[in-house]
Amino acid sequence: MDISIENVVFRYSDDVKALNDISLTIHQGERVAFIGHNGSGKTSLVKHLNGLLRPSEGKVWIGDHQTENMSVATLARMVALSFQNPDDQISKRRVWDEVAFGPKNLRYREDRIRNLVEMSLSVFDLLPRMNSNPYDLGYSERKRVTLASIIAMDTPVVIFDEPTAGMDAHEMSLFKRVLDKLQQEKKTVILISHDMDFVAEKISRVVCLKNGEKRFDGASRTAFLDTDLLASCHLHQPQISRLSSHFALAEMALTPGEFVRGFQDSPEKQVDVDWP
Amino acid sequence: MNIMPALEVSHLTFTYPTATRPSLKDVSLSAEKGELVALIGANNSGKSTLCYALSGVVPNFYRGGFTGSVMAGTMNTTEHTISELAQQVGLVMQIPANQLSGVRYTVFEEVAFGLENLGVRRSEIIERVMSVLEVTDLSDLSDRSPYQLSGGQQQKLALAAVLAMSPSILVLDEPTTFLDPEGARQVFEILLDLKNQGRTIIIAEQRLEWIAEYGDRVLVLEDGELVLSGTPDEVLTNQEIKEIGLDWMPYTKSAELAKQRGLWQRERQLPSTFTATVSGFSNPED
Repeated sequence: MDISIENVVFRYSDDVKALNDISLTIHQGERVAFIGHNGSGKTSLVKHLNGLLRPSEGKVWIGDHQTENMSVATLARMVALSFQNPDDQISKRRVWDEVAFGPKNLRYREDRIRNLVEMSLSVFDLLPRMNSNPYDLGYSERKRVTLASIIAMDTPVVIFDEPTAGMDAHEMSLFKRVLDKLQQEKKTVILISHDMDFVAEKISRVVCLKNGEKRFDGASRTAFLDTDLLASCHLHQPQISRLSSHFALAEMALTPGEFVRGFQDSPEKQVDVDWP
Repeated sequence: MNIMPALEVSHLTFTYPTATRPSLKDVSLSAEKGELVALIGANNSGKSTLCYALSGVVPNFYRGGFTGSVMAGTMNTTEHTISELAQQVGLVMQIPANQLSGVRYTVFEEVAFGLENLGVRRSEIIERVMSVLEVTDLSDLSDRSPYQLSGGQQQKLALAAVLAMSPSILVLDEPTTFLDPEGARQVFEILLDLKNQGRTIIIAEQRLEWIAEYGDRVLVLEDGELVLSGTPDEVLTNQEIKEIGLDWMPYTKSAELAKQRGLWQRERQLPSTFTATVSGFSNPED
């Protein structure tokens, strides 16, 4: 189920274009990060993919379906979207019920619902909390509840809006494992992130937005070389890319392992330090 | 002559009313004027509760079992109301939606709200609000509703509202969570300015690269206890932080890997900043 966004324009009010002529295609099973400054249109764009927003101009296709003709409920069978703020999403008084809410509404069979909820709670380390009230949990646990709710819907397309914001290292490692699992299942994953170190490590394609316009769509490795692009979008190079650029390695490194290998192989390990 | 610390916590233990275990256990710390102290730790380690205690929200709003003391300047937090304390200590909360007043219709009015409650003169309110909006890069949004802002913009608004009060102690609970990287840098540059003016800053933060670059001292919480403290380099490259839900930064990991391959001098301190990393890789023979 490919996603195709064609010349989408979106206006919240008459004069301001939150999205301006955006076109892009994402194939089934791809993993893409939407990056860009605060207010660049990332959240507005992903809300077009599950019908929460409809384009003012242009078209959005999910597989063979044009979203214009579909209800949010129908789209929910194909696209699940987790919100940036968990408190905008949580509606139930028990963690298990919250995570079961999506699959129940999709009218899955009882045993499938039970399996999906258990799996989703387990991968986010929430089984011990399954009987808690979500509002008795801390912010980061509530956030994990919302992420679990989204993967429990078992949709071909999964979208996370700033999933890693506020996560500690342990939660990050859980989330990275979930991403790998989703990839094995050939699901399409779109995520919004300001954490460039995380994007460098886990996501090979980035779409960069600026003031509602698409500025870049391509390999993360290429984007992270382009310091002008990053600066114009209020982004920074990931730590490893910054080192890699500084030492002018033959290939842009994205992980500590790649950097150290590249550094070892570089002809001149002694570089004149350009002190800031 | 000994200068009194700006902020002093002695043997603080706190338990929320319905909790069975304390969220903070025998925590003691102090911070000087002009110091930027970072609080790190896994989620649920007590960072937010400590931020609440430093600003008097605990135990004046969130009541519960409270022993020990928190002195903000000359004020003991248990002996003053939140509004009295607000003139001394500002708290920027983790989730901006929890902090916005909900009774003001524009960004400008929201920032002015605290000052109105203190009875500050109108002309001074206008002056201070405009200056704070300028510093936080929100001037263009001053007529917008706080609820029509993006998550990151709301977070900057929450900071602006506290800055307008001009507190001598500033407590920030993960104030950059929703900000783009450049926005996060701007926040730390603002904090650096305030620090240089002699304000005291305590900041809980997950993004360790900012702590490495801007922190004077780092305190580590684990399960409500202070377990480690030191300079950013000492703490952020310490093996122990990996065992309590935190991780080394890519800079540190690269140096450790290089050390194993003889590309980083064995005795050299592992780095936590770009500058220190570059320096170590450039001078392996030092």
